[in-house]
Amino acid sequence: MSDAWAGRVLRILAPILMGALFIAAWDGVVHYFEIKPYVLPSPLLVAEALRDSGGSLMVSLWYTLKVTASALVSATIIGVAVAILFSQSRAVEISLYPYAVALQVTPIVAIAPLIIIWVDNAYLAVRICAWIVAFFPIIANTTLGLKSADRNLIALFRLYGASRWQILAYLQIPTALPSFLTGVRISGGLALIGAVVAEFVAASGGTETGLAYRILESGYRLEIAKMFAALFLLSLTGIVIYFSLDGVSRWLLSRWHESALPPEE
Amino acid sequence: MPAAGGSLVSLRGIRKVFRSGTVALDGVNLEVERGAFLSILGPSGCGKSTLLRIVAGLTPPSAGEIRGADGLKGSISFVFQEPTLMPWASVWENVYLPLRLANHGRGEVADRIAATLREVGLEGFEHAYPRELSGGMKMRVSIARALVTDPVLLLLDEPFAALDEITRFKLNEDILRLWQQRHWTVIFVTHSVFESAFLSSEVVVMAPRPGHVVAEVPVALPYPRGPALRTAPEYAEFCRGLSRRLQEAMA
Repeated sequence: MSDAWAGRVLRILAPILMGALFIAAWDGVVHYFEIKPYVLPSPLLVAEALRDSGGSLMVSLWYTLKVTASALVSATIIGVAVAILFSQSRAVEISLYPYAVALQVTPIVAIAPLIIIWVDNAYLAVRICAWIVAFFPIIANTTLGLKSADRNLIALFRLYGASRWQILAYLQIPTALPSFLTGVRISGGLALIGAVVAEFVAASGGTETGLAYRILESGYRLEIAKMFAALFLLSLTGIVIYFSLDGVSRWLLSRWHESALPPEE
Repeated sequence: MPAAGGSLVSLRGIRKVFRSGTVALDGVNLEVERGAFLSILGPSGCGKSTLLRIVAGLTPPSAGEIRGADGLKGSISFVFQEPTLMPWASVWENVYLPLRLANHGRGEVADRIAATLREVGLEGFEHAYPRELSGGMKMRVSIARALVTDPVLLLLDEPFAALDEITRFKLNEDILRLWQQRHWTVIFVTHSVFESAFLSSEVVVMAPRPGHVVAEVPVALPYPRGPALRTAPEYAEFCRGLSRRLQEAMA
């Protein structure tokens, strides 16, 4: 029992300690080599920038979060629907899969300008870009999962006269859950990247702007400390998204899947 | 005890050729009497599992005729070599599966599931998940799932092959006791001479390349059979004879 508790404390303390060491080293390097603040600001300056521009940064963070979350949700819904379609009809899968792959392998920076021209609404354009990158891992992983049902269990279902719908609902979907969740975890990070890249390409400061635009803007104005502050918020967002999706995944699989089980004692 | 209830399933001239061109079965005739405990004994690769899947309707024969199996739709249960359980579902949910597929509500069949779990010795494990159970217990869940529909024909595909001897003996005795109480017809696929002799009312010996029946041996040992039979001289004698038939088949 105390071992488990110690493990949990270590899991939280060790990364914090690592971060503190890193910040101390960063501060030491900046002061020792007398690096100019417009090349590399000290951690203290970044913290000050975070405090001074906190309001506008928070607004931007909220915008980026909204884009990421809505892209992830729509990618999940459409991705799962397409994967189910693929698993039900081989013909549909064969004819559409190459295009899903094409969507994935075409770099988002190459498509983003087009989307921004076609779609007037900047918010919608950025969301579409984020959706495009988040979409594929969900389709690919969920399709794989739906097709991985145990052959003997399928035979058993058929023996008991199961309908196609029953096989899907009671066998294929539960089988696909772990790989679907892997897809969602990958897509969570990708949706954030997509949102940032699209905003970089759009490079327009409207009434509402995300963290990517703040980084761009600070770069133009040589406010490097603020740039670091925005970058910090961006990576923090990525970490929070990853670990919350990881937590949901562990919770859903906790009773039965190897990946979610505690280590052997 | 072997009830002479007439023919339940009858196979004539069964041939099975896989897509790869391998002839798995050729010219197999099999007569399954109602109430029989029929073992199909043979080395691996003799097509005995394929034959069982054909009886179950899981795979069609390439040629030949099956009589009787059509009328049994919904009354056949199958136990695989592996427990083949749904890892995300509890013991109770796994046993409930065939009834769920037949659109029975949970409340409606709760008593039946409880009774079946008691019969196979799984009382108290309703809420356990497959990964929390030993190999023998998992196999019990698989057997409970097969029995809960009250089948007419029970098909067992080497269900105890992966278990240790102690567990296997115990499960042999349990399945035999249940068969005597419930009067299903059993087709039991095995590569164990001792297991087939202990359980069956009749043993069908098969040989490979291509799979065919070489002998049909009635087992004269009286039921009920218990642990004492394993050391009885007549059992040893019968096993010796059966081993010889198997060796002849292999030669």
